[in-house]
Amino acid sequence: MARQIFVYVIHKDGVVDDTAFEMISAARKLDPGAGVTAVVAGAGERLDAVCNDVASTYTEVWKIDHDALEHINAEVLREPLVRILPTGGIVLVPHEHFGMDLAPGLSIKLDAAYLPDAVDFDGIEDGNLKAVREEHSGQVSTHVSCDITAGAVITVRPGSFKADESKNAKGTVIDKSAEAIEGDLPAGNRRFIEIVEAEVGDVDITKSDILVSVGRGIEDEENMEIIFDLAEAMGGDVSCSRPIVDAKWLEKSRQVGTSGQTVKPKVYLALGISGTFQHLGGIKGAPFMIAVNKNPKAPIFQMADVGVVDDILDFIPELTEKINEIKG
Amino acid sequence: MEILVCIKRVPDPAENEIEINRDGTDIERDDLVYSVNEWDNYAVEEAIQIRDKVGGSVTVVSVGDEEAEEVLRREMAMGADKGILLSDDAFEGSDGKGIAKILKAEVDKGKYDLILTGAQADDGAGQVGGMLAAMLDWAYASLVNIIEVIDDRKIKVGREIAGGNQEMNEIDLPCVLSIQTGINEPRYVGIRGIRKVASMEIPVHGAGDIDIDPASVGESGARMKRLDYFVPELGDGAEILEGSTDEIIDKLVELLKAKGGIK
Ligand SMILES: Cc1cc2nc3c(=O)[nH]c(=O)nc-3n(C[C@H](O)[C@H](O)[C@H](O)COP(=O)(O)OP(=O)(O)OC[C@H]3O[C@@H](n4cnc5c(N)ncnc54)[C@H](O)[C@@H]3O)c2cc1C
Ligand SMILES: Nc1ncnc2c1ncn2[C@@H]1O[C@H](COP(=O)(O)O)[C@@H](O)[C@H]1O
Repeated sequence: MARQIFVYVIHKDGVVDDTAFEMISAARKLDPGAGVTAVVAGAGERLDAVCNDVASTYTEVWKIDHDALEHINAEVLREPLVRILPTGGIVLVPHEHFGMDLAPGLSIKLDAAYLPDAVDFDGIEDGNLKAVREEHSGQVSTHVSCDITAGAVITVRPGSFKADESKNAKGTVIDKSAEAIEGDLPAGNRRFIEIVEAEVGDVDITKSDILVSVGRGIEDEENMEIIFDLAEAMGGDVSCSRPIVDAKWLEKSRQVGTSGQTVKPKVYLALGISGTFQHLGGIKGAPFMIAVNKNPKAPIFQMADVGVVDDILDFIPELTEKINEIKG
Repeated sequence: MEILVCIKRVPDPAENEIEINRDGTDIERDDLVYSVNEWDNYAVEEAIQIRDKVGGSVTVVSVGDEEAEEVLRREMAMGADKGILLSDDAFEGSDGKGIAKILKAEVDKGKYDLILTGAQADDGAGQVGGMLAAMLDWAYASLVNIIEVIDDRKIKVGREIAGGNQEMNEIDLPCVLSIQTGINEPRYVGIRGIRKVASMEIPVHGAGDIDIDPASVGESGARMKRLDYFVPELGDGAEILEGSTDEIIDKLVELLKAKGGIK
């Protein structure tokens, strides 16, 4: 019998997340012969719109509709999923904040293997799936082997598979709500209160054309000055990676990445930034990227257009001086 | 509140450039500087702050070899009351589920209200906390960057979601939370602090002590196995500018002008 792969679909405010269209490509790479089913959970009318959109890419869509899933919570959702997913199935979940909440526990409840943050698949042999992962902030990659004979829950890194934009599947939506939720869904031991929106900062980096972005390589708060000097010389704004915000050297609104801002500048300087996917995930529109890093093997050099291998503490002041000189 | 924090000893990202050994079986471990996983350090700080506010105790636990004792002691110097090392040859080669199983066996021996883990460790998995919670049938929330104790039965947590927004949840105790960096400012630990806890006993528990079937963990229990390490070939990569610093800067300024990088 052909293998069945289930894709858990992330959606927000009635809009399907891009990852849903990437996951079908991931499923096909995992096993080209497998059947693929999208699983969509939520509440109300907007859910139908989401299902219809998903059905343009997936031939089969399972819908779980319940008021208690309005603000989806992994703790509440796990039980309904366990009820409808067949044992031995493969479940793909995007490796983002909701997937990270749901997937590890789901693998336990399904008694399935768990493979986190896969970036590629490389065939199945004797029930073992070969996959590619990264470790140490992307500094090294690994091949892993995952025994999927008793099923598997796999999180897939957003952006690592090309989205299927063909939109011609004309799929069927199957309502699984009754089977997934017998009777009622108890509120459970984790209850939604509210969403608190991020504070707005003094600069809006999402609107900047030139971003001078600084990472942990700056080493000390007092060195931050050289970054602001360069940004001023260039006429750009200062943004940063997460550790700079964690250290409270800059406000959260300047953080670029999956848990920060999504920016689309024309020019992006990555200074002392290693280039993890959570950081790069916040940079859209393929800007001209320059990386300065003292480690020639830093992953950021894979992404950048131009690289300089040097210590930013020495290099940046000299660059600033030169720019100021030519500007007169 | 009785709090358990799970901590892992990892190569320090600020101190090392990670490279692969000659035959691709491991990373090059000679001269590596190790420390406690960054996320776990925030988790320990948070646990200490909660204890100082509402009372109780903080225990740090690690699955590892005897070298892991060093990070347990460091976190005790920070203010954790107790350390436990879970160590056994049978634990070697465990996958994430194996680690969670070993931790669960230790949790079953104690009495905890709250368990904290890091959001992820050096292999970027982010799996152990969620698995542990599901094995215990306790509630779980990941990527937590706010904790407010309401009373001895429930807490309020903020989870970090996209765009810097936060999802606020109320969660019943006992529960497991994975902690995101930036939740607090971890205190500095000096040599003096470490010396103070140098003589404190750190019990070592093996498979027999926590009643765990050795075959269910370690290599034999693992469904996920690492085959090799490699460096991927990804497209062209950056054009690395060569020459003297002056030459590089001249080239860079030209490029910046051409691409609209100087206003
Ligand atoms: C759920 C989740 C969400 C996340 N969201 C984000 C996010 O939105 N944005 C984000 O940025 N991160 C995010 N992270 C964190 C991310 O995983 C990395 O920890 C972070 O991006 C690393 O930042 P960095 O590159 O500045 O630091 P590091 O990875 O420590 O890199 C520092 C770099 O600087 C170089 N360096 C050091 N000193 C010098 C010097 N003197 N001169 C030149 N180079 C030097 C080093 O070689 C290294 O490459 C998230 C993590 C999780 C788990
Ligand atoms: N060997 C270990 N010993 C104790 N805790 C661990 C161990 N490995 C992982 N953890 C915990 O699980 C968290 C997430 O790690 P991981 O799932 O490996 O990414 C870490 O931040 C730790 O809190």
